[in-house]
Amino acid sequence: MQKVFETILIGLSTGSIYALMSLAIVLVWRSTRVVNFAQAGQAMASTYIGFEIASRSEIFWLGLVFAIVAGALLGAGVDYFFMRVLFKHANSGPAAVVAPVIATLGLLGLIRSIVGLTWGGEFKSIQTPASTNGFTIGESTIPFSPLNVLIIVTTSIILIALAILFQKTNLGLALRASAYAPEIAQLAGIRTARTRTIGWAIAGGVGGVAGMLVTANNFLSPYSLDLLLVFGFIAAVIGGLESMVGAVVGAFVLGIGLTFILNYVGTSLVFIGGFTVLILVLIIKPDGIMSRGKARRA
Amino acid sequence: MSGLAVNNLSVSHGAISALRNVTFSVEPGQLAAVIGSNGAGKTTLLRTLSGLKDASSGNAEWQGREMLGKKPDVLVRRGISHVSEGKSVIPELTVKENLVLGGIWRSNRTDTNAAIAEVVELFPRLGERMGQSADTLSGGERQMLAIGRALVSRPKLLLLDEPSLGLAPLVIEQIFETIDKLRHRLGLTVVLVEQNAMSALEIADTGVIINLGEVVASGKASDLINDPALRAAYLGY
Repeated sequence: MQKVFETILIGLSTGSIYALMSLAIVLVWRSTRVVNFAQAGQAMASTYIGFEIASRSEIFWLGLVFAIVAGALLGAGVDYFFMRVLFKHANSGPAAVVAPVIATLGLLGLIRSIVGLTWGGEFKSIQTPASTNGFTIGESTIPFSPLNVLIIVTTSIILIALAILFQKTNLGLALRASAYAPEIAQLAGIRTARTRTIGWAIAGGVGGVAGMLVTANNFLSPYSLDLLLVFGFIAAVIGGLESMVGAVVGAFVLGIGLTFILNYVGTSLVFIGGFTVLILVLIIKPDGIMSRGKARRA
Repeated sequence: MSGLAVNNLSVSHGAISALRNVTFSVEPGQLAAVIGSNGAGKTTLLRTLSGLKDASSGNAEWQGREMLGKKPDVLVRRGISHVSEGKSVIPELTVKENLVLGGIWRSNRTDTNAAIAEVVELFPRLGERMGQSADTLSGGERQMLAIGRALVSRPKLLLLDEPSLGLAPLVIEQIFETIDKLRHRLGLTVVLVEQNAMSALEIADTGVIINLGEVVASGKASDLINDPALRAAYLGY
């Protein structure tokens, strides 16, 4: 029984990091209809900046703030200097569908190379903001640590802040309206292009948090966030790609599910498990687990 | 203050010409019905006037200022509001959010709230459904919400694209009555695009008949209704 409990706790911690990444992917998808593979690179580059600040100042949280800012600037920059130009030139036919996705893959490689040239390819570890030693209950020590608590708390704060932003503010309404119905949003007087860039910035900032939290428990390298992108993407698909709530729920389902596989079956099956869940969701409920049985868009 | 003046407006979709040398004007506070069959270019006309589409030549002035070449967000701030075709509400948002959207370009939320209160007075049914998702509304209610959203921006020029589309005859009648009532009450200048020629001309001051992208007739609405040649050729009754 205790093992089940531990597994759920660790799953929540893993799931919260997936949740941030899948939110970033969904935010961009909703506003731009692009699956942004470069998100892993943007988050990784932001994490390097956060890492640099955290290791110089020896304050993890200062690093986190810088990672958020760097992620936001990078996200806005990718949309403004890259996507806008791309959409202007590839705006019809098959190119319009394929070009942006391929472009994000190219961008991922580009960011990786730049980071590799700047910081080198070796593994780096960041100062953790809390102990990674598990809590002790009675006689036994469980794998769930203060760092895991911190990860869950930090993610919760971010999720609540995003929920308030999206549900209670004019900016949030503008972001949602522009994503659901760009033309109506435009006719309502919203500057949709600018709003989209803000959406990319938010996604970038959230990705930066995900990168910092993963790295706190792990190592940082130009490739270290690739797996996070894969699982964040699977979580987003489980949630239906359209819904932010779905992205978060999908991430927790995936995080807890994979931790059960890890603890009860074995490490080697985690990756297979992730993809099995993805395929099952796509076959059984292709609109995601949050769908109410009808497609929202044609 | 002058109203809307469209002068020699031409618009094309790529190589295909959609509107050719369209000229008409609407006096302030008047309602002009733009009539024509499917594909005549009516929707293109409104999309060009609201800044969604670029014109290839000609000009269009509202209150003496050029409208063409401006984006919708600029034109909304000048008091031009476009209700696009097909019950243009956002079904994923609540009724309240759809209305707030109409005033989102303002920095002042109090103004928007006051405008929403006025719209709810005009459409009490929306007031009862504020917290519901717009998805749950009937076709007629959606159209009211779409018009209500436009009114929240307190427009002076309202561009309405086929408000009767897809609605039951009884509801269509209500919608036209509502349009007639509110434009007198609010002193709006209205361009009403319709296939439903008779109903539209009945509440209109002037009419413009468009066929294949060109104006074939224009004048007082009552004259157009009574012209036997036009009736047979374009009005279809």
